[in-house]
Amino acid sequence: MGMEHLLLWLVTLPLIGALVCFALTDELSKYFALVVTLLGWVLAFFVYQGFDSAHATQLQMVFNYPWLNSMGVSFGLGIDGISFPLVILTKLMMPIAILASFNEKKFMRFFMSCYLVLDSAMTGTFLATDMVLFYVFWELMLIPMILLIGVWGSEQRVFASVKFFIYTFAGSMLMLASIFYLFSQTHVQLGQYTGEIAAFTKLNFSPVEVFWGLNAEKLVFLGFFIAFAIKVPLFPLHTWLPDAHVQAPTGGSILLAAVLLKMGTYGLLRFAIPIAPNAFVEFSTCVAYLAIIGILYGAWVAYQQKDMKKLVAYSSVSHLGFCVLGICSMNTKGLTGSMLQMVNHGITTGALFLLVGMLYERRHTKKFEDYGGLAAIVPYFSILFVFVACSSMGVPGLNGFVGEFLVFMGAFEANQTWAFVTVTGVVFGALYTLTMVKKTLFGPVTNAENRSLKDVTLKEWAAILPLCILIVYLGLAPNSFLSKFNQSLDTYWAETLKKTALDAGTVK
Amino acid sequence: MSNFSSVYWTQFIAIALIGLGMVGFLIRRNAIVVLMSIELMLNGVNLLLIEAAHRSGSADGTMLVVFIITIAAGEVAVGLGILLNLYRIKHSSDTELYKELQG
Amino acid sequence: MMMPLLLAAPLIGAIVNGLILRPATAKRAGVIASIAALTSFASVMVQHFAPDAGPFEWTWFTVGELTVKWSFASDPLTWMMCAVVTGIGSLIHIYSIGYMSHEHNAYRYFAYLNFFLFNMLVLITSTSLLGMFVGWEGVGLCSYLLIGYWFEDINKAKAGMKAFIVNRIGDAGFLIGIFICYQLFKTLNFAEIAKLLDTQTFDVRMLNLAAFFLFIGAMGKSAQIPLYVWLPDAMAGPTPVSALIHAATMVTAGIYLICRMNGLFLVAQDTSLFIAIIGISTALLSALIATSQRDIKKVLAYSTVSQLGLMFLALGCGAYLAAIFHVMTHAFFKALLFLGSGSVIHACEGEQDIWKMGGLKKKLPSTFLTFTIGTIAIAGIPPLAGFFSKDMILYSALTAKSYGTTFWILGLLVSFLTAFYMVRVWALTFLGEYRGDKHPHESPATMLIPLYILAFGSIVAGFLGMPEGLHLLPNYLEAFLHPVLGPLVEGHGALSEERAMAVATVSAIIACSLGFYFYSKPERSETPGKILVPFKTVFENKFWVDELYGLVIVKPFDALCAFFAKFFDPNIIDGLVLLPSKAAQGMGSLLVLLQTGIVQTYLLFFVFGLLVLFMVLLKGVVL
Repeated sequence: MGMEHLLLWLVTLPLIGALVCFALTDELSKYFALVVTLLGWVLAFFVYQGFDSAHATQLQMVFNYPWLNSMGVSFGLGIDGISFPLVILTKLMMPIAILASFNEKKFMRFFMSCYLVLDSAMTGTFLATDMVLFYVFWELMLIPMILLIGVWGSEQRVFASVKFFIYTFAGSMLMLASIFYLFSQTHVQLGQYTGEIAAFTKLNFSPVEVFWGLNAEKLVFLGFFIAFAIKVPLFPLHTWLPDAHVQAPTGGSILLAAVLLKMGTYGLLRFAIPIAPNAFVEFSTCVAYLAIIGILYGAWVAYQQKDMKKLVAYSSVSHLGFCVLGICSMNTKGLTGSMLQMVNHGITTGALFLLVGMLYERRHTKKFEDYGGLAAIVPYFSILFVFVACSSMGVPGLNGFVGEFLVFMGAFEANQTWAFVTVTGVVFGALYTLTMVKKTLFGPVTNAENRSLKDVTLKEWAAILPLCILIVYLGLAPNSFLSKFNQSLDTYWAETLKKTALDAGTVK
Repeated sequence: MSNFSSVYWTQFIAIALIGLGMVGFLIRRNAIVVLMSIELMLNGVNLLLIEAAHRSGSADGTMLVVFIITIAAGEVAVGLGILLNLYRIKHSSDTELYKELQG
Repeated sequence: MMMPLLLAAPLIGAIVNGLILRPATAKRAGVIASIAALTSFASVMVQHFAPDAGPFEWTWFTVGELTVKWSFASDPLTWMMCAVVTGIGSLIHIYSIGYMSHEHNAYRYFAYLNFFLFNMLVLITSTSLLGMFVGWEGVGLCSYLLIGYWFEDINKAKAGMKAFIVNRIGDAGFLIGIFICYQLFKTLNFAEIAKLLDTQTFDVRMLNLAAFFLFIGAMGKSAQIPLYVWLPDAMAGPTPVSALIHAATMVTAGIYLICRMNGLFLVAQDTSLFIAIIGISTALLSALIATSQRDIKKVLAYSTVSQLGLMFLALGCGAYLAAIFHVMTHAFFKALLFLGSGSVIHACEGEQDIWKMGGLKKKLPSTFLTFTIGTIAIAGIPPLAGFFSKDMILYSALTAKSYGTTFWILGLLVSFLTAFYMVRVWALTFLGEYRGDKHPHESPATMLIPLYILAFGSIVAGFLGMPEGLHLLPNYLEAFLHPVLGPLVEGHGALSEERAMAVATVSAIIACSLGFYFYSKPERSETPGKILVPFKTVFENKFWVDELYGLVIVKPFDALCAFFAKFFDPNIIDGLVLLPSKAAQGMGSLLVLLQTGIVQTYLLFFVFGLLVLFMVLLKGVVL
C-alpha cells in the first residue's frame, strides 16, 4: 500500500465498517465503530506525517480511478493545504462523537453505521478532486445526518430533520445548476468534458449580462455561494442550525458543529472563489457585512436563549462569522485566521456539546432553569466547563485567541470600519458565554434533583481529554500545526486573484 | 316530408337523447337514475349510428350498434352489481353519500 | 535563567494546588502557594544581581511576514514592578493562610491566586504588546474567578461577571490600539517601537489614535471613568483578593502599559491631555463618593479608584516616574489598609459596616497600629511614603504644559478629601466605644506579620524617590528608571516645589484634623452629614452611575437581544424560511377542495374537457 492508496483507505474504511456494523450485535457494534474510528486516527497520523509542507499548494497523495470516461469524470482523491487541516479535524472528532453516543438505547447497530457512513462522506467531500465526486459526497453527507437527527433526536426531531434536509438540499440544487453550466462550458472551452476541479478554474466567462445585472460568472458564483452560505451558516440563512442542533443527539451535534459547518467555508475557498474570482471580489463587501452582522447577531441572540444547546448553536453562527470575515478580507492574515478558527471552533464547540450532552444524559433537560449551582456538586465538570468557555471566549493562551486575533488584523488591514465593529464582538462573546456559565454553575442549587448528579465518568473523560489537550497545545504553540499548511495560505490570494482586475496590489 | 328534414329530425332526437342523458347523470342524485342516464346516452348514440348507416347504405353503423347494445348490457349488469353492494353498505342510493375518496 | 523560574513557580504552584494535590486544609494549600510566590520573589531579587543574558523566548505563530513570539525580558521598569508584585503578592499569600483558615476547599482559592500571579508576571515581563495582552486577559480571567469565588451567592458571581465584561470593553479598545500600532510600526515589540519613535516621524493624528485606544484598554483595567464601575462591586471577593488584585497589582497594569509605551504617549499630546482630564475627574468623583460610604471595603475601593486617577493625572502630564513611584507606595499602603480591614472584618465575624464598629483600638492593637500608619501614609503626611509620591504627582501637574494650576488645585482637593475620608474610616472603626454585637479578637500571627512588613514599607518607601530640591537623599528611583522612562522633566509652575509641598502638607493636616474632630466623638459624627444633606445623598448613592448605566445601556441592550431572540429570529427570518412550506400547504389545501369524492364532480370535469377538446378541434371549421 503506497501513499496514493492512503486517501482511498481514509474514505472507504469507515464505509466498509458501516456495512460490517449491520451484521454485528448492538454491544459489539459500539466497540467496533470505536475501533474503526481510532484506526482513522492512525491513518490521519500517516497523512500528517506524509504531507509535504514545502509543496502544500499542490495536490498530494493523489489517487485517480476513471469512472465515467465519456464525461471525463473520475474517482479522484487528493489533499492540499486547504483540505489538510479539515481532514485531520474530521478524523479527530469521529471517535469522540462515537464515545459520546455509547449510551444510546435504540437501534445501536444502525446508529453506528450512520456515523461511519457520515465519516466516509465527510472525508470524501474534503478529498474529492473531481466536481461530480464532490457533489456525490456532498449529498451523501445529508442522508446519515437526517437519519441521526430524525430517528435518534429529541422531541421535535422529525421537523428539525426535514427542515435541515430541505433547506440544505435547496442550496445544493442551485449549486448543481452552476455545476451543469460549468460542465457544459468545459466541453465548449477546453474541447472535452472533464470533471477535474483544476480544469474548472481555467474557464473564462462572458461578460454578457443575463438578468438583474448579473453575468454568467456572477450567476455561477451565486449558485455555489448560496449553497455554501446555507451550510456555513451565514446570516440570514442560519435558522436551520438552532433547530438541527437542539434536536440532534450529542454525537450528531458534535459532528454537525465541528465538521459539517466547515464544508461551507471549504467550499467557498475551493470552488466559489477560484472559479469565479471576479464575482467574489465584487460581492466581497456585501458578504463581509453579512458576516459581521452574523457575528454580532449570533452573539446577541445567544445571550437571551433559555436552552443550552440553542445558545451554543447561535454561538456557532457567531464564530463562523469570523471565519467568513477572514476570507472576505482577501489577505493572508485573514485567511490564516479563518482556517485556524475553523479548526479551533471545531474542537471547542465539540467540547462544549460534549459537556452539554453530559448534563442532558443525566437530567434529560437542556433548559437553564433546571440547572444552577452545579459548581458545588460536580467540581470536575465545572472546571472543564469554565475551561472550555474560556476557549470559546478567546482567552489568550488557549486556542480561540490566535485565529480570532489574525481575523481581526486581516479585517483591519482590509477595512478599518470592519475591525472597529467586529472587535466589539469580544465583549458580546464574553457576555453570552459567561451567562451560560453563571446560569449553569453558579448561585444556589435551585433544583433538588441536581444534588445527586454524578461527576464526569471515565468514558466522558476519555472523550473530552484529547480536546482539552489540543485546546492548550494549539493555544500555546500553534506554529507546529500551522507551518504544515501555511504555505498554501500564503500564496492563495496571489494565485486566485491573478484572473481578476486586481493584482498584487491588494495581496498582503 | 323530404329526406332533408327527416335526417335532421333523427339527428336532433339523437342529440337530444345524448344531451338529456348527460344532464341526467350530472344532476340526478339517485344512482339508478345516473345509470339510466348513461344508458340513455348510449341509445342516443345508437340512433345516430343507425341513421348514418341508413343514409350511407353500408352496414358498418348497424354492426357498431350491435356491439354497443351487447356491451351496454354487460356494463349495466356490472354497474347494477356495484350499486347493489354500495346500497348494502350505505343503505341509500344517494350519490352524495359515496364520498370515500374525498380529500 | 531566573526568568523561567520567575514565571514557572506560580504556574506550577497553581497546577499543584488546583489539579494535582488539592489539599484539604487551607493551611497546606496556602503554604504551597506561598512557597511558590516567595520563590518568584527570590528569583526577582537574584536577578537584580545576576541579570539574564537575553530575552527568554520561543515562536508562537508565523503568518507571512508577521512572526509573533512568546518573549520575556527584564529591564529596570519590569524589575521594579516584578519586585512589587511578587513581594506584596507573597505577603498577601501568607496573610491568606490565616484569613481563609475556616474555608472549605480553599485550594481553589490558592490555585487562582498563584495563577493570577503568573499572569501578572507574564503581563509585566512580556516584550511585546501582544504578549502583554495575553497576561492582560489572564489577570482579567483570574479576577473574574476570584471575585466570584463564593459562587453560591449569585450576586458575587454577577459581580465577577461585571468585572470581566467591563474589562473586555477595555480590551476591545486595546486590540484596536494594537492594530493601529502594527499598522504604524510594523512591529509590536516595545524596544523596536521605542527605537522607531526616536528615529522616524509619524502622522501625529495616527499616533494620537493609537494612544487613545491603548488608553481605553487602560481605562478598563485601571478603573477610570467610564469603566470604573466594576471595582467597587469587586469587593464581593475575599479581602486579600481585593488587596492584591484591586489595590496593588492588576489595576496598575494600565499605568504600566502607558509607562512602557511612554515614547508614544509623550508624542501624543492630545491624548495625554485627555488622559489627565479623565484621571483627575475620576479621582475627584470617587473621592467624593468615598466620603459617604458605610462599608469599609467600599471606602477603600473608591479610594483606590481615586488614587489611580491621580496616577493617570501624572501620566497625562508626562510624569511617568511620578506615576510609577505612586504605584509602588500606593501598593504598600493600600494593601496594608485592605489587609488591615480584612483583619477587622475577620475579627468582627464578617461585619463590614463601619457604623457598627468602633472601639477596636483596645481589642485589636496590632491592627490598630498598622492601620494608623497606613492612614497617615495615604493622607500624605510627611515623612511617610504617600507624601513624597503624591507630592511628585501634584508638582508634575502644577508644571504641566496646559491647565497646570487647575490640575494642581483639583489634585489638592482630592488629597484633602482623601485624608478626610480615611481619617473618618479610621476614627469610626477604631476610636470610641464598640457599637456592634460581635466579639472581636485579634488576628493570628500569619495575618499580623504581613501587616507589620507593609507598615514598615509604607514608612520608608517614600525615601526612594525624594525630590532633589530637599537635598536630603538622592532620587534613587529616578536614577534606576532613567533608562526606561527618561529623565524627570523639570517644568515651571506657579509655585516652587518647596512651597507646593508645604501647601499640600498643611491641607493634609487640616483635613485630618477635621476628620478627627467630627468622627472621633459619636455625638459629632452625624454633623457633616446634616450640614451637607443634599450632597450626602448624592455621594452615598455613588452619583447613581450604576443605575444610569443600567437604564441607558443594560436594559435597552437586553430588550434588543430579547427582541431579536424571541420575535425577530423565530418569526421574521424563520418565517421567511417557512413561507414556501406554508405556501405549499396553503395551495394544497385550496386544491384539495376539488377532490369532493363524488363521481359526478369528476364527470363534470370530463364534460368540460370534452367541450374544450371540441372547441379546439372545430376551431378552423366552425368558429
